[in-house]
Amino acid sequence: MVVAQQQKDGAFQLLVGKIDDVLQYAIGDPMRYLANWGRLYSLWPVHLETACCSVEIGAAAGSRFDMERFGALEAFGSLRQCDLLIVMGTVTRKLAPRLKLVYDQMAEPKWVIAMGACSITGGLYFDSYNVLRGIDDVIPVDVYVPGCPPRAEAFLQGLVLLQEKIRRAPSLSGR
Amino acid sequence: MRARAFAARITEKFPDVKVDWMKERRLKVSTTADRIAEVGVFAKEGLGFDHISTVSGIDWIAKNELEVVYFIGSTTPGQEDFVLALSEHVQRSNPVVPTLMHVWRGVEYHERETHEMFGINFQGHPNQNHLYLPEDWNDLPPLRKDYVSPGR
Amino acid sequence: MTVQAEYSPDADRIMSVSLGPQHPGAGHFRIKLWLDGDYVVRSEPDAGYVHRGEEKMGEYRNYIQNVPHLERPVILDSSNILFPYALGVDELMNLKVPQRGQYLRVIMSEANRIISHMYFIAIQGLFLGHTTLITWCMGDRDFWIDFAERIGGARVTFAYIIPGGVRNDIPPGAIKKGLETCDWFDKRMDEYEKIFFQNPMVHQRSDGIGVLSRDDAIAFGATGTVARASGLAVDVRKDEPYSAYEDFEFKTPVMTQGDVYARSYVALLDMRESVKIIRQALKKLPQGPVRLKLGPQPRVPAGEVYSRTEAARGEMSYYIVSDGSPRPYRLKIGVPSAKNLGVLPHLLRNVHVADIPPIYWGLNYWPVESDR
Ligand code: SF4
Repeated sequence: MVVAQQQKDGAFQLLVGKIDDVLQYAIGDPMRYLANWGRLYSLWPVHLETACCSVEIGAAAGSRFDMERFGALEAFGSLRQCDLLIVMGTVTRKLAPRLKLVYDQMAEPKWVIAMGACSITGGLYFDSYNVLRGIDDVIPVDVYVPGCPPRAEAFLQGLVLLQEKIRRAPSLSGR
Repeated sequence: MRARAFAARITEKFPDVKVDWMKERRLKVSTTADRIAEVGVFAKEGLGFDHISTVSGIDWIAKNELEVVYFIGSTTPGQEDFVLALSEHVQRSNPVVPTLMHVWRGVEYHERETHEMFGINFQGHPNQNHLYLPEDWNDLPPLRKDYVSPGR
Repeated sequence: MTVQAEYSPDADRIMSVSLGPQHPGAGHFRIKLWLDGDYVVRSEPDAGYVHRGEEKMGEYRNYIQNVPHLERPVILDSSNILFPYALGVDELMNLKVPQRGQYLRVIMSEANRIISHMYFIAIQGLFLGHTTLITWCMGDRDFWIDFAERIGGARVTFAYIIPGGVRNDIPPGAIKKGLETCDWFDKRMDEYEKIFFQNPMVHQRSDGIGVLSRDDAIAFGATGTVARASGLAVDVRKDEPYSAYEDFEFKTPVMTQGDVYARSYVALLDMRESVKIIRQALKKLPQGPVRLKLGPQPRVPAGEVYSRTEAARGEMSYYIVSDGSPRPYRLKIGVPSAKNLGVLPHLLRNVHVADIPPIYWGLNYWPVESDR
């Protein structure tokens, strides 16, 4: 009796497992695609200027280069709404804890673009006593945009690359 | 030359003030830490140098001295193009100088910067916390010559 | 509008708030505020988020290697921060820069002044709730960037003004393009006046806010647009004509209200003068070489020099001490933002919280420049 019951349960579980798999393939993948597709055209960058590269962000957000047409708009709101952190150049020792704090406050999924030679390797300031040599030790980076400063076009290309990465993200969570 | 005239007026009043160099529109005089406030007041009230431009420190490590230089411009008509540099020397081991905030109000942040970059103590300054360096900086002041940047 | 608020010893009433470094109203900069309700009782600026040790780096590099990193602190205005450096090294080495080089220095410096002021006015428009101005200015700024790019070869970091002259000659076609840009921009500035500076809304939000008196401007050592908006006519171009500025006709715009409105409007008047200077310089551009050839590691005789020029934000000065070696012994950069920093806590007292962004930005304070 007990054995029969167990067999029945096992079969049920097997069936459920199968349905899960089937659903995963039938719905999960389109869902993943849909969710990530939704994310990629509504990126909200944090307004955290770290150094001089922010001038080129200003130009990219301005009317000539207009990064809004790619679906990214400077969000002047709460950090909790933001999902993109653009590190605009040099991160100093004083700023690094704040950068981490800002990153930790953002809700998942979140992405980071490291803009400028300074945020990638320290750039021109490789021998300065107050500059971090790259931000990889502080936060994980998704896209690197080299240049000093990168032209606005280069930054926009980095943005498009990030969107491509989000489109191909393997899971529903966007990572 | 105007620089010579200014130098003459300063040395007439303060005979121990040394004239370091003169150029057409610049004059650098140096004095000691205990006389600088008097010279400053005279430069402001007597000579019309009222518009502080900047303050700089220099580390003369070979002479074992630190130097503070005040660059003072003027808004007095006719001498706007002239900059007076007023300097003082102190020992590296005990760098204490008086603040000149009561003479030129605007030196506050310049002195604060000189304090953290050279470790010079400005007596009477209301706030000498770190301004540009991180709060937890516990190394030598970075612009001293014996401080070596970690990348070098 | 006057606001009556006394600093109260009643500690519970006072709330301390930190504005920045991540805040729409303050990029890479923090202001510590003590508030009593909606009034700011006291404030203290906290700079240093972009302190990169330029002065120490200057001691590790020779006089030519110093050029590229020195223009980074004020990337909006990159020619103007190199200008006094070039003048200082010229003076130390006793170089006579050719006349064409002097004219090109002036042209580039004035173009950069416009680029910088456009950014300033754009963000000021944003802070005063005028979104049209930011889109206009950000777009129009790029025409001047294009002009400068033709000459200097980069969008913002030109490294154009160097010791001994300028890096390269002006390419053919740039003169015509520059004159066209000047004509177009003159008309454009009239439109800015109409849409922004004569707008009653802008007047309401900026008139009488953050008033700095002339005496205070002198006492705090304010320079540039801040000083000129308070009736203090300081302009190194006039006071101490360097380079080729004697050859041009221009005025020093001065206003007397000393409030946020005046500080924004002075920038526009400044740009009008800059356009005049650029037009005259392009028309009168003399022939000849543009620079003196220096070696890659020039020997600079021992000596000291204090050189200054008028940058977009005010008086930019360098104190260079040379001990005869290829590297400077001491390189002090006296930047206008640092000179105006003391004004900020003075103005942020007894004001409404809503007035903080326009007051802060009205000082034309650029944290990267101030921190070096
Ligand atoms: S990469 Fe260049 S432009 Fe960007 S922050 Fe660093 S120095 Fe400035």
